[in-house]
Amino acid sequence: MKPPPFSYHRPDSVDEALGLLATLDDPKILAGGQSLMPMMNFRYVMPANLIDINRIDDLSRTENGGETLRIGAMVRQRDLEFSDLVKARCPLLHAALLNVGHVQTRNRGTIGGSLSHLDPAAELPAALMALDATLHVGSKRGTRDVAITDWSMGYMTPNLEMDEMLTAITIPLWPAGHGAGFVEFARRHGDFAMAGTAAMLALSPSGTIERVALAVTGVDIGPVRLHDAEAMLAGQTPSEALFADAAQTAGAVPGLDDVHASKAYRRKLAIVMTKRALAQALAQAQGGGDD
Amino acid sequence: MTDRMTISLTVNGDAVSREVSVRMTLADFLRHELGLTGTHLGCEHGVCGACTILMNGRTARSCLTLAVQADGQSIDTVEGMADGDDLSPLQQAFIDQHGLQCGFCTPGMLATITELLNTNPDPTEHEVREWLSGNACRCTGYQGIVDAALAAAKTLQGKVP
Repeated sequence: MKPPPFSYHRPDSVDEALGLLATLDDPKILAGGQSLMPMMNFRYVMPANLIDINRIDDLSRTENGGETLRIGAMVRQRDLEFSDLVKARCPLLHAALLNVGHVQTRNRGTIGGSLSHLDPAAELPAALMALDATLHVGSKRGTRDVAITDWSMGYMTPNLEMDEMLTAITIPLWPAGHGAGFVEFARRHGDFAMAGTAAMLALSPSGTIERVALAVTGVDIGPVRLHDAEAMLAGQTPSEALFADAAQTAGAVPGLDDVHASKAYRRKLAIVMTKRALAQALAQAQGGGDD
Repeated sequence: MTDRMTISLTVNGDAVSREVSVRMTLADFLRHELGLTGTHLGCEHGVCGACTILMNGRTARSCLTLAVQADGQSIDTVEGMADGDDLSPLQQAFIDQHGLQCGFCTPGMLATITELLNTNPDPTEHEVREWLSGNACRCTGYQGIVDAALAAAKTLQGKVP
C-alpha cells in the first residue's frame, strides 16, 4: 500500500500555507500524518496537493497566558505529554494524551491533526470540550474563532472550509487544585475507545462541588458534553451514590452502532467510564491537584 | 510544487543525499534506495509497528512518514545498532532471552525499546508492556521480548542481568 501521486509543498510560514490552500486544486494539510498517511496508503484519500506544515515554527509553540494556554496546531502530542505546564495547569489534557494511540504515534501526531481529523473516538476533542476550548482557524480571507461546541459538523467533519486551516487552540485554565480524570475502554491499549469520559472537578473549601465539566467520546459521532450530569453534581457533596446517579445520564447520549460495538453497549460503557472518571477527578482534587 | 525532490539526511550516522519521488515513504526509501532492508513493512498503515525507526531519537512509523519529511533529519535503523559483529546489549538480550522467533517484528521492537531505555533506563515490566503495545509480535507471546528489555536495562546500567 503506497500513497497515490500528489504534488508536495512545504511552506515555511502560516501565510504561505494559507496562500497554497487558497489557490491549489484539491489540497490537503499534512501535520503529523498519523491518520492522513494511513488513509492515503489505503487510498481512501487522494489529494492532488499535499501541504506539509511540519516546518512552520509558528504552529509549534505553546504559550502560557496565565489564565489561558494557547497551543499551536502542530504541537506534537508527545511534547504536550512531557510539558510540565500542561501537567500542572491542565491535568485533564495530560491524562487524555496518555490514552492517544501509542508512543510511536504520539511522537509524530499533533493536537491540531487530531482535531481536524475528528475521529468519533478521539480523546483530545472530548478533553477540549470539557475544557471549553476555542479553536483558531485561518484562511487568506482572515481568521475566525470556533468554540469547541461548534467544531463537529458531522461524522469526521470539522468546522473548516476548504481554504481554512486550524492554527491554534486556546484553553481557559481552571484554578490550581482542581482534579481531572480521563478513562476510556478499548479492547487493546492504544486502540480508539468504544467509550471514554473526560472529567474535571473543583471543590469548595467545605468540600462541595464548586465546578464540574464532563464530556464523553466514542459514543456519538463527536464529543458530547454531559450538561445534565453537571447540573446534578454542581453544589453537591461528592459521594459514590451521587456520581452513580449523575453518570446514568451518559446512557442517554445518542450512540453509534458499528462493527466495534453496539449503541446499547457503548451507552453502558459511557455510564461506567463517567463514574470512574469522576472518581479519578475527585481523588486528584482531594489530593490537592497532585496525581 | 513538485513530484520529485532531493533530500539530504543522516542515516545511522552517515550523511546521505538522494532525489526521490515525493510520495515515497521513509520505509521504502530506507529499503529500496539505501538497501537497508532491516526495517520491515508489515501492515503499511501504522498499526503493526514492524517499520518503527528512530527519527531524531524518537520512534516513528516509517510507513507513515514520507521520505521528504526526513529531509534534514537524523534517522536510526536496526542496521546502526551493532558495532561490527558485536551486537548491542539490547540485541544480545533478545538472543539470550528468546525475544525473537521469526524476527519480522524485531527491528521495530528494538527501535521502541531503544527509545524506552533512553528515556527511562530502569522501566518496570508494566512500563515495558505499555511501550510495546504499539508493536505487534505474532510468535513470541511477548514474554521473551519483555524479559529482553528488562535484561538489557540491567546490562546497560552495569548490573548483572
